[in-house]
Amino acid sequence: MLNFGVVVFPGSNCDHDCYHVIKHVFDQGCEFVWHEEKSLDGFDCVILPGGFSYGDYLRTGAIARFSPVMKSVEKFALSGGLVLGICNGFQILVEAGLLPGALMKNSSLKFVCKWVSICVENNDTPFTHLMKVGDILRIPIAHGDGNYFATPDDIKNLNVIFRYCDKEGRITYESNPNGSIENIAGICNPRGNILGMMPHPERCSEEILGGEDGRLIFESIISWLEKPESIRKIKTYG
Amino acid sequence: MIVRYYVTYGGKNGITMAKEFTVKVEVKLKPVILDPQGKTVLTALHNLGYNEVQETRIGKLIEMKIKDESAEKAKERVQEMCRKLLANPVIEDFVIKIE
Repeated sequence: MLNFGVVVFPGSNCDHDCYHVIKHVFDQGCEFVWHEEKSLDGFDCVILPGGFSYGDYLRTGAIARFSPVMKSVEKFALSGGLVLGICNGFQILVEAGLLPGALMKNSSLKFVCKWVSICVENNDTPFTHLMKVGDILRIPIAHGDGNYFATPDDIKNLNVIFRYCDKEGRITYESNPNGSIENIAGICNPRGNILGMMPHPERCSEEILGGEDGRLIFESIISWLEKPESIRKIKTYG
Repeated sequence: MIVRYYVTYGGKNGITMAKEFTVKVEVKLKPVILDPQGKTVLTALHNLGYNEVQETRIGKLIEMKIKDESAEKAKERVQEMCRKLLANPVIEDFVIKIE
């Protein structure tokens, strides 16, 4: 059985959803990790969940990024451990510099809470290897600051994993819910072991919640981690 | 009962001759970044008849009271604070004013 760690910051509110999905839907080990913890020993994958850590004060993720646990998250990630940041977790990862760019206020200035379509751009990562490039996932978003921005230099080398698209998979202006540059919904670091995404896979992993496309992300992580270590290769991009 | 705590200078902290400064940090989005909030306010101003307004950009003002040896030293420390926490260098610029 694998062991997942779900980091809990003051103001996280999707931590229990992630815990539930890992533990009860996928039958894997899962523990909450309080943000003051200093060790992530024994975890196979660390999830930074959604929410409003520190009330989103100053900038989203700006204060959580200095939580004691983040030093261990950085160490864990640099040693090749899988880190998944969802929504506020994504915002914390960019503030921490573990992923490039920044997440700004939605261009509409509104909090957007709805189902969107995203298409898979890179399936050569531990998080997406069970999908095909071009696959379309139906998945919910719920954020006020999901407008991804990166400098032209960063964009050139960006390892884009998901882009907002319409139901047919076309990447259009209309299908972009927050003004993200180039419709970006999720990115990985060049090594491919840190994924940050605004949509919530944990909110669509059971039929009763209206969709199961989010399962693909968790199933990819689990099947990748269950491979013998010698076969698991993290490729380098960019 | 009111209890007051006093900091003794030249004591444990080794702070001598500390002066108090008011420091204002302006944090603004970089000029290349679109500011939808500023744009919305600009439209509202135009609707009120203030058509002379050409551009509106919205930022943050962070005011701090700082005790330090000198204004230079204080500024140096505040610059560090801005780079670390108060501003995001990817999207924001900052200006420090010391009084």
